[in-house]
Amino acid sequence: MTSFPTGSDIIAENRGGLIGKAVDRVDGWSKVTGQARYSAEIDEAGKPLYGVIATAPIGKGVITSIDATAAEASPGVVLVLTHRNAPAQAPFGAPGEGTNPMMTAKPVLDSPEIRAFATPVALVVADSFENARAGAALIAATYQTTGAAFGFEDHLADAALSPSPTAKVEAGDFEAAFAAAPVQLDETYATPAHNHTQMEPHATLAVWEGENLTVYTSIQGLKGARQSIAWTLQIPKERVRVVSRFIGGGFGGKAHVAADSILAAIAAQRLGRPVKVAMTRAQMFHLSTHRSASRQRIRLGAGKDGVITALSHDGVLHSARYYDFTENVSGLTRALYTVDNMATRHDLVRLDSPMACAVRAPGGAVGTMAIEAAMDELAHRLGIDPVELRIRNEPKVGEGGRAFSSRSLVECLREGASRFGWAQRNPVPGAVRDGRYRIGMGVGSAIWHTLLFPARAAIVLHADGTATVRQAMTDIGTGTYTILAQIAATALGVRTADIHVEIGDSDFPAAPGSGGSFGAATSGSAVLDAAMNLRKAAAELAVGDMGGPLFGGDPAEAVFAEGSILIGNQAVRLTDLVSRLSPGGIVAEGRLEVPKDYWGKTRNAHGANFAEVAVDTLTGEVRLRRMLGVFAAGRILNEKMARSQALGGMIWGVGAALTEENHFDPRYGSFVAQDLAGYHMPAHADIVNLEAVFLPEDGDDNPMGIKGVGELGICGAGAAVANAVFNACGVRVRDYPLTVEKVLQGLG
Amino acid sequence: MKPFTYERATSVADAAKASADPSVRLLAGGTNLLDLMKLQIETPARIVDIGRLPLKDITETPDGGLRIGALATSTAIASDPVVRARYPLIARALLSGASVQLRNKATAAGNLMQRTRCAYFYDTTKPCNRRIPGSGCSAIGGHSRADGILGTSAACIAVHPSDLAVALTALDAHVETTNGQGTVRTLPVADLHRLPGASPHLETDLAPGQIITAITVPPAPPGEQIFRKVRDRASFAFALISVAASGPRYALGGVAMKPWRASASEAVLAAGGDVDEAVAAELSQARGHGHGEYKIPLAKRLLGAVIRQSRGDAA
Repeated sequence: MTSFPTGSDIIAENRGGLIGKAVDRVDGWSKVTGQARYSAEIDEAGKPLYGVIATAPIGKGVITSIDATAAEASPGVVLVLTHRNAPAQAPFGAPGEGTNPMMTAKPVLDSPEIRAFATPVALVVADSFENARAGAALIAATYQTTGAAFGFEDHLADAALSPSPTAKVEAGDFEAAFAAAPVQLDETYATPAHNHTQMEPHATLAVWEGENLTVYTSIQGLKGARQSIAWTLQIPKERVRVVSRFIGGGFGGKAHVAADSILAAIAAQRLGRPVKVAMTRAQMFHLSTHRSASRQRIRLGAGKDGVITALSHDGVLHSARYYDFTENVSGLTRALYTVDNMATRHDLVRLDSPMACAVRAPGGAVGTMAIEAAMDELAHRLGIDPVELRIRNEPKVGEGGRAFSSRSLVECLREGASRFGWAQRNPVPGAVRDGRYRIGMGVGSAIWHTLLFPARAAIVLHADGTATVRQAMTDIGTGTYTILAQIAATALGVRTADIHVEIGDSDFPAAPGSGGSFGAATSGSAVLDAAMNLRKAAAELAVGDMGGPLFGGDPAEAVFAEGSILIGNQAVRLTDLVSRLSPGGIVAEGRLEVPKDYWGKTRNAHGANFAEVAVDTLTGEVRLRRMLGVFAAGRILNEKMARSQALGGMIWGVGAALTEENHFDPRYGSFVAQDLAGYHMPAHADIVNLEAVFLPEDGDDNPMGIKGVGELGICGAGAAVANAVFNACGVRVRDYPLTVEKVLQGLG
Repeated sequence: MKPFTYERATSVADAAKASADPSVRLLAGGTNLLDLMKLQIETPARIVDIGRLPLKDITETPDGGLRIGALATSTAIASDPVVRARYPLIARALLSGASVQLRNKATAAGNLMQRTRCAYFYDTTKPCNRRIPGSGCSAIGGHSRADGILGTSAACIAVHPSDLAVALTALDAHVETTNGQGTVRTLPVADLHRLPGASPHLETDLAPGQIITAITVPPAPPGEQIFRKVRDRASFAFALISVAASGPRYALGGVAMKPWRASASEAVLAAGGDVDEAVAAELSQARGHGHGEYKIPLAKRLLGAVIRQSRGDAA
């Protein structure tokens, strides 16, 4: 077992019964009553000025002239920033303290160059949002366009090996094994670009006090944002504070500091007043990041028994010319089906596009849409049940021979098949009718990394028996506030209502933030360590308290329960202890370090998505009928939050399979869909009869034995839907999403 | 959004008079106009709010038909007992569109007067003849699945998004209009919208100062009323193709910049032709545009199926 500091036993013991319980969101009430303030709503520094971003209408070129006269003369306008009067900033991508792209410089208005559609060309600041917006429409600029590559499909021939260190991974001899395999499958799958479309667009309020800048913004990682902003503006990071208390969805799109933060900071400094900048929904499509389009070639060599002996999964992805990002589509494929002979590679088509970057389950979400569809094709070709085929290909050990920390994929497949009624599935495509619909079932395996990063936390136990947890962590809607309260309450033997969770402030002890589904494990483990240190401090105080009930006891035997410390049959209330002996509160800090041997094991969470669809064979319309996800992700901290995360992921999978797509218009370099009427996520009516179940599982991936769940549900979900469509009507669409024209073409 | 003045209309005649000024826009539900103003596709200097004018009633007419006030909301129409009993086609068409929140605001006349949802019309950085006459059509050669297949032109291939208009066209409904002088004129819903031709920015046959006050629907012919809408998701999506049937009358949506009465199909059927001939008669002239080519076979399949269903033929 990987060894961690203390705390594991307290979580396992779960004396208060809070671990695993479906505890309601502790921040739920403040959100539904509007008391939770999101970045655009913050008014802590008094009435701000409002900045609206004006953007370039071209995809690549330079500004040849820009006239702000009309905007400056527009009612209420107090400042127009353009590249001609913006301050010097560090060049794009320049590393500050490191090359982590979330911490590098992200300058805005730094040059006349337009390197992607909707590059900001001006910020118009006025006394009201309306005046700023009217002024922004008056920016008059001329441009010289330059040669550009906008269309992914048009430039596939330009693909070149990604510079990513994992761009090319090989084991054994794939080519020889594939050539020798009795059964060969060689298919190519396509996925389009996806946008995050978080409910809350990027927004920032910037406030300067002397040389110190506070940036209230919607961001997933405070530490990275602080460094990125400081480095961009060329000021010491100690002078920057980033606050992000409530975030209306991140999904990777708020991993990087965006133009709103930099522009608000620059304008607020110039004007000596707080400045608020929010993006419009349309701007979010270009000024935020997006998921790369992909072409994925899968080659599977197998025996007649379905056992895979050779596996290749190659991806061609697009990436912005000025920012390398590789959607690692096959990293999890190698983990899902670890065979002796594997070859995976990633090539990039560099486009003059906005930045492609992480979107929920980068690599895995669309990678599983290819490999899990290919597995379905192999199963059909061999006449083997798709669940059985996956079980036959269950590896004994992970990549490089590393043992699994825990892996319950087969259990998920079996339990899911049983609950879903998989045995009723007719393997013959198109055999099941219901009125004008053909009905089909499909399955797709889910897998997601179990990651861990260093983090710190602090806890103060107050004289009233409550405690405050402080950490520079974020809650992007996943439930961080709630699970941190559960962890601290469990360790301290109090109610969740007694824990005040204060996160979203870079002045608090550092944590890496939200992303990669590592948040609960990383941030929660540091909070647990702080709570354990607090227990120790409180217990030592109690046994050293002459005249106190626990005087002379063994602090190692102290039990924390129901607001008291107990040793043997003696007890002291936390309120009594703290108010008498440390009325200012007891303070403890905690930290999580990743053990050196952590990556000596293969660490992933697993699951199985099952979908049933109806296909209207007249129109090609596909509608989900029901869906079940069965997941094993270590210990579950909160059944309700985990289920919500799983369902949310599954819904994204349905959208990716059936409706979600965006395309660069190759003539202009802009996304065609720029609003939520044109960018089709599933609506409520599309999502019916959805259920997610977690199987019990042990793990040693962190002190709490948990695994991340935020990105697990989406993996395999899209393929399950596409596989169900094939089972329903015999049409195999390898070009996602499965819109009516593609299904119709197959129906003939 | 550009600054504008706001006033409430005090009478239908005043509203009509005011609307003769090209810098005026009438505001009813606002579900389309406000979006267009934020994007500066519409830049009125003056907004005249007609939302409180007494044009909301839904009443039966002496001939057994129905008169729907121009300002009746989609929700009110779709839940009206007479509509549900005698014109279920109208209720189905309305309920297949938008969301509850939008239907609570959107009005009958506003539904007919909404602008196209072509992505290139909405993207003000792109040429669009409908938005800026003579600037060109970005949808042609663009990446759009929503374009029309009938009545398009070299200047515009957009489609009209209204589901209600398709239902009303199959029902032979008319719009009743008035102008500032009180001249009442009616015209078929099928003739309200103009095909783009060389001037797609001219969208309807309403004269300046002429406003819709009501929609009149004659008694429905015997026979089943059917509305089928093919769309990308189960709700909150515009029609890729829709077909309405009211007895022997058919109309298509998602094919043109107007609700498309399938007169050629009706004529073939009336002359004793079969369904395939009827479908071919209507759609043989259809022309697709790149990503929208699929609409031709889809429209054929759907129209054929609806005709068969309405005639009681086995599917």
